[in-house]
Amino acid sequence: MDKPINQKAWFLVLPVLLLVAFSAVIPLMTVVNYSVQDTFGNNEFFWAGTAWFEEMLRSPRFHQALARNLIFSAIILVIQIPLGIVVALSMPRKGVGVSICLVLMALPLLIPWNVVGTIWQVFGRVDIGLLGHTLEALGIDYNYVRDPLDAWFTIIIMDVWHWTSLVALLCYAGLVSIPEAYYQAARIDGASRWAVFRYIQLPKMNRVLLIAVLLRFMDSFMIYTEPFVVTGGGPGNSTTVLSIDLVKLAVGQFDLGPAAAMSIIYFLIVLLLSWVFYTVMTNYERGGQ
Amino acid sequence: MSTGVTKSINLNGPAGTLPASAAKAHGFVAPPKVRKPLHLGWLVMTIYLTFLLLPIYWLVNMSFKTNVEITNTFSLWPNNPTLRNYTVIFTDPSWYNGYINSITYVVMNTVISIAVALPAAYAFSRYRFLGDKHLFFWLLTNRMAPPAVFALPFFQLYSAFGLIDTHLAVALAHCLFNVPLAVWILEGFMSGVPREIDETAYIDGYSFPRFFVKIFMPLIASGIGVAAFFCFMFSWVELLIARTLTTTAAKPIAAIMTRTVSASGLDWGVLAAAGVLTIIPGALVIWFVRNYIAKGFALGRV
Repeated sequence: MDKPINQKAWFLVLPVLLLVAFSAVIPLMTVVNYSVQDTFGNNEFFWAGTAWFEEMLRSPRFHQALARNLIFSAIILVIQIPLGIVVALSMPRKGVGVSICLVLMALPLLIPWNVVGTIWQVFGRVDIGLLGHTLEALGIDYNYVRDPLDAWFTIIIMDVWHWTSLVALLCYAGLVSIPEAYYQAARIDGASRWAVFRYIQLPKMNRVLLIAVLLRFMDSFMIYTEPFVVTGGGPGNSTTVLSIDLVKLAVGQFDLGPAAAMSIIYFLIVLLLSWVFYTVMTNYERGGQ
Repeated sequence: MSTGVTKSINLNGPAGTLPASAAKAHGFVAPPKVRKPLHLGWLVMTIYLTFLLLPIYWLVNMSFKTNVEITNTFSLWPNNPTLRNYTVIFTDPSWYNGYINSITYVVMNTVISIAVALPAAYAFSRYRFLGDKHLFFWLLTNRMAPPAVFALPFFQLYSAFGLIDTHLAVALAHCLFNVPLAVWILEGFMSGVPREIDETAYIDGYSFPRFFVKIFMPLIASGIGVAAFFCFMFSWVELLIARTLTTTAAKPIAAIMTRTVSASGLDWGVLAAAGVLTIIPGALVIWFVRNYIAKGFALGRV
C-alpha cells in the first residue's frame, strides 16, 4: 500500500503530539532529573551521577520484585491464552446467545480495577466470601492473608477472571473472519476437528493471538491496583510486584532518587518490549500481504 | 500500516468494494455462515460464564444484606433484603459526588482523546510524512507506560499548573494512554475506508474540514464509537493516577470507596453497594457496542 507523501499531515498530528508531550515527556524528564540527583531535603539537590542506577541494579529487592513479576506474567500467559482460545471456540456463532455472551464476558473488563480487587478480597475471605468459605468447607486450609501460596493463587485466579475475556474476544474476532469456504474445503477433504483447528483456525488467529500475548504480557507486567487491594503486596513481600514496589519506594518511603532510577529501568524494560512488539507486528503485517 | 489486520478482520466485506454513493448506507452486514462451535461448547461457556458471574453475584448479594447478616450468617442470598446500603450512598453527597466526579473526568477525557485523535489517525492512515513510523511507535510506548512510573511526576506537574484536584487534571493525565489507544483504533477503522472516497470528495469540491465532518466521520461512525468506548473504559477503570491527582473536589468513586472503608471500620454492605454501582455504567455502555467490541479489540489491536 503506497500512501502519498504529504508533509502537511504533520499539522493533523500536532495536537496529539503536544498533548502527549505534555503528559508524557515532561513527567519523564522530572523522573530523569531525580534519578541523577540526591537531596538532604530543603529542596537542595546535588549531582549523584549513576549511583542510584548502580544501587538499583545490584539491589536484591529489585531483583526479587522483577523475578516475581516475570513469574506472575508467565503463569498468566500459560493459563489465559489456552483458556481464551477454548472459550472463543466454544462461543455460539449466531442468535441472541452471541450478544449475551459478549456482554457478560466484557463485564469484568469494565469494572474499576480496585473494585476488582475488592470483589476478590471479599470473595476469598474465609468468613464472608463464597470462595474462601467453600474451600474451608471442603477441608482445605486457605487463607490469602497469611499464606503466600494462597495469596498467589488468589491474585492469579483474579487476573484470569479479569482478563481471560480479552483473549477470548480477540480470538473470537479472528475466528468469525474465517470465510465459510475454508470449512467447506476442509469438509470435502474429510479433515478432522483437530486438523481444522490446527491448519485453518489457528493460523487465522495468529495475528490476534500475537496481540493478545503481548498485551497480556505487558499489562500483567504493569499490574498494580488489583493485587495491592487484595494482598497489599503481602504476606511479607510475597506478592510485591514491580509497580507495588515502585509505589512503596516513591510514595511510601519518599526515596526519590532510587525510585526515579527504578522507574527508568522499569520503563526501559517496557520500552524494549514495546519495540519487540511493534517490530513483530509491522513485520507480520508486511509479510502477511 | 494496518492493512493486514484490517483486511483479515473486516466483517463488512473486503475493503475497496464500497462505492462512494453507498456511503450513507454503509453499515455492518452480518458475517457469512460460520463454523459451528465446539461440541461441548455450551458446557464450556456455561462454566466460564458462571465463573465470571459468581464473584459479581456475591458482591450484589452482599449489597442487599445488613452488616450483621454479612458477618454473622453465611447465606447464598439475602434473607432480609435491605436497601439501606444504597440509601446511604444516594443520600450522602460525599458518596454520590464520587460518581459525578468519575463520570465528569471520564467524559472529558473521552471527548479530548477522540477530538485530537481523529485528525492524527487520518494523517497516519492516509499519508506518509517525515518520522511517521517513529511517531506511531512513540505513541505506542505511552500506551505501554506503567502508571506507577508516572504517578509522582504527574502530581508535581499538575501542582505546578495549579490543576491538582480538578477534573481536568485527571482527564489530561488519562490522555497519556487513551490518546495513543484512540489513534490506534481509529487508524485501523480509517484504513478500512478506501481512499477513492476522499479523492472523489475533493474532486467534487469539498474542502478538507467539510469532507471530514460531512462524509468521512459518518463513514467511520462505528470506529468512533468503539474508540470512545475504549477511552471510557480505560479512564473509568484506572485508579492509581486518578487517586494521586485528586484530594476532595474531584475524587473518583473508586478512591472514596477505599478511604471510607479504612476510616469507618468495615462497612461491608456499603462497600458492596458502592462496588455494584461502579459496575453499572460499564454494563450500560457495553450493551451499545456489544457487536463491535471484538472488532474494536482486534482492529485497534488492543
